[in-house]
Amino acid sequence: MEEGRLVKWAKREGEAVKTGDTLAEVETDKAVMELVARADGQLIKVMVAEGTTVPVGNVVAYIGQPGEKVDGAEPAPAAQKGAQSAVSGAREPTPPPTPAPVAVPAPFDATRVKASPLAKRMAQDTGVDLKLVQGSGPGGRVVKRDLEGVQAVAPAAASVVPRTADRAPRTGAPYEDVPLTQIRKTIAKRLAASIGPIPHFFLTTEVDMERAAEARDALNKQLGDQGKVSFNDIVIKAVALALTKHRACNAWFQEDHIRYWNEVHIGMAVAVEDGLITPVIRDADRKSLLEIGTEARELAQRARNRRLKPEEYTGASFSVSNLGMFDIDQFTAVINPPEAGIIAVGSIVAKPVAEGSQVVVRRRLRLTMSCDHRVIDGATGAQFLKTLKQMLENPLAMLL
Amino acid sequence: MPTLTYRDALNQALREEMQRDASVFLMGEEVGVYQGAYKVSRGLLEEFGAQRVVDTPIAELGFAGIGVGAAMAGLRPVIEFMTWNFALLALDQIVNAAAKMLYMSGGQLRMPIVFRGPNGAALQLSSQHSQAWESWLAHIPGLKVVAPATPADAKGLLKSAIRDNNPVIVLEGEMLYNLKGEVPEGEHIVPIGKADVKREGTDVTLICHSKTVSVALKAADQLAEQNVSAEVVDLRSLRPLDETAIVESVVKTNRAVVVEEGWPHAGIGAQVVDIIQREAFDHLDAPVQRVTQADVPMPYNKHLERAAKASPEKVAAAARRVLYLE
Repeated sequence: MEEGRLVKWAKREGEAVKTGDTLAEVETDKAVMELVARADGQLIKVMVAEGTTVPVGNVVAYIGQPGEKVDGAEPAPAAQKGAQSAVSGAREPTPPPTPAPVAVPAPFDATRVKASPLAKRMAQDTGVDLKLVQGSGPGGRVVKRDLEGVQAVAPAAASVVPRTADRAPRTGAPYEDVPLTQIRKTIAKRLAASIGPIPHFFLTTEVDMERAAEARDALNKQLGDQGKVSFNDIVIKAVALALTKHRACNAWFQEDHIRYWNEVHIGMAVAVEDGLITPVIRDADRKSLLEIGTEARELAQRARNRRLKPEEYTGASFSVSNLGMFDIDQFTAVINPPEAGIIAVGSIVAKPVAEGSQVVVRRRLRLTMSCDHRVIDGATGAQFLKTLKQMLENPLAMLL
Repeated sequence: MPTLTYRDALNQALREEMQRDASVFLMGEEVGVYQGAYKVSRGLLEEFGAQRVVDTPIAELGFAGIGVGAAMAGLRPVIEFMTWNFALLALDQIVNAAAKMLYMSGGQLRMPIVFRGPNGAALQLSSQHSQAWESWLAHIPGLKVVAPATPADAKGLLKSAIRDNNPVIVLEGEMLYNLKGEVPEGEHIVPIGKADVKREGTDVTLICHSKTVSVALKAADQLAEQNVSAEVVDLRSLRPLDETAIVESVVKTNRAVVVEEGWPHAGIGAQVVDIIQREAFDHLDAPVQRVTQADVPMPYNKHLERAAKASPEKVAAAARRVLYLE
């Protein structure tokens, strides 16, 4: 995030404010966020008019004591992008103001990492990238405890053949970074050079949804007013569980290494007015259908209202895109990098199929997986899809 | 090992050094007939006579100056101040005469003198008599400053101070005179400039001296109940400071809280924090915290006085802050 548009002031000049009060709504490239007060006092001067776009770090208002003067608090001329500057530039220069300036928050600035000196040294010693570590100290400072247990880059001797098809170990570490082997580097380079930056390939399978539909009907009957399970919830749950058995598909391509996730965070593509966004259902493999359903609907609603926080639409390990509601039988989805795969879900269609020598009508669903060939090979993706198909055709297999 | 009070440990050090070296003598208000306002000089007049245990008028600048002259002439005076609050009147002799004599005489005049007395707040003695002077004294090049926290360290450091050929300030804790502890008999010397780990720990270092050692030890007990292992480092000597001990402990724990009885501004803790940020920067996981007396003259009211002083609760809270636990 480099700049934000000040959508609306929630407080007016002269109003009293307390730490934590919402001062304004700020629109970033992804979401509308609240700008909160970090000091008590009175909003004595608003520096930016509604609708104006300002760079991150720019002073947008002053909080101070009633009657306090903030002459000289002119907005920097470069700060004005919109034409609606509220303040003319005709004042005489005076000494800098004493009240605490309120800056636009920069929650998504990945270029500056706050870390304790010790954490920086530990990261350097172990090869951990501090940008990828969630800091638990004040202001997101990365401290010692955030790095304890984080897997460093594996030593070269151990990197001959990564055992990627294993079930993800639940060791407490959120992921494991495996360096690229030479052959993997060559595959990555050659395939990337052949089609675009991400060498996609696609795998389609058709799934019989009769038993999933029966299970869904039975569950919804039992739930009554307590909620509804949708086919989308079932697909997300099945994808998440299948990923736990095929870690090779639950991965990020990271230029010089592949990050195999031990956790499953499913990005769920949601169409919004001017584009699309993928809110993330975290640890979807460990959530119940009802939890997934409730969370998916809540996230989708807030996505449409552009009320998602940055941490709610980043960090997915794999994604699902569903156009079934638009009567699309089958489509291919574009991978959301650095993820290595995405499943495109079509609509459930009743159609004649051969069962033995009989022609019967069955409800069928077509799933298409887009794979990043730098990470996932054809057979690897096919094995994952097979597990997913088995889980959907026989929902009890999810318990295996 | 015999158990002695802090005051008797000091008494033992004085007696042993006066027996050992005839040039050692004690001078101050009420040190002779009355045996000391805090009874540190009990029995000394009887044993050594009025020439070596000298009662003075209430004139701190005067008898401090007599002590400086005696040291220049080759004796080893021990000057007792009834409290360091009264020693303010003698600062010209301490700072301008004693501390600078070796330097300004081009190395010709040694200054083997000890200035000692109680320091820090006691209970309800109000603003003028409840002060901790260590940062004033440790500021001066030419002085050595020690502040023992236990009877054993009191004996060992006073003996070192008396044998030192430079002026040494011995800050005795006014609230520590009744503190009991094991004290080695006879030749027990604690070198000036060596800190002491009073309790080993792994998670946070509590750096303290004099009375705040017991404050930090109580805080460490409270922290242990929350599964925090605190290391208590007793500086003992404030000039010179044992930088090695401070840095070694912080390198081990990655976090520090500095505790002192004095005020925050330009206090001893500020000097300790300076050492830590310079010598242990890459080992710090959190900014160093300080616990001091509140930045006000000591209130007389007993509740306000308690609120103004460093306490185990304040130290434990600061430790939790550097551990990011609150």
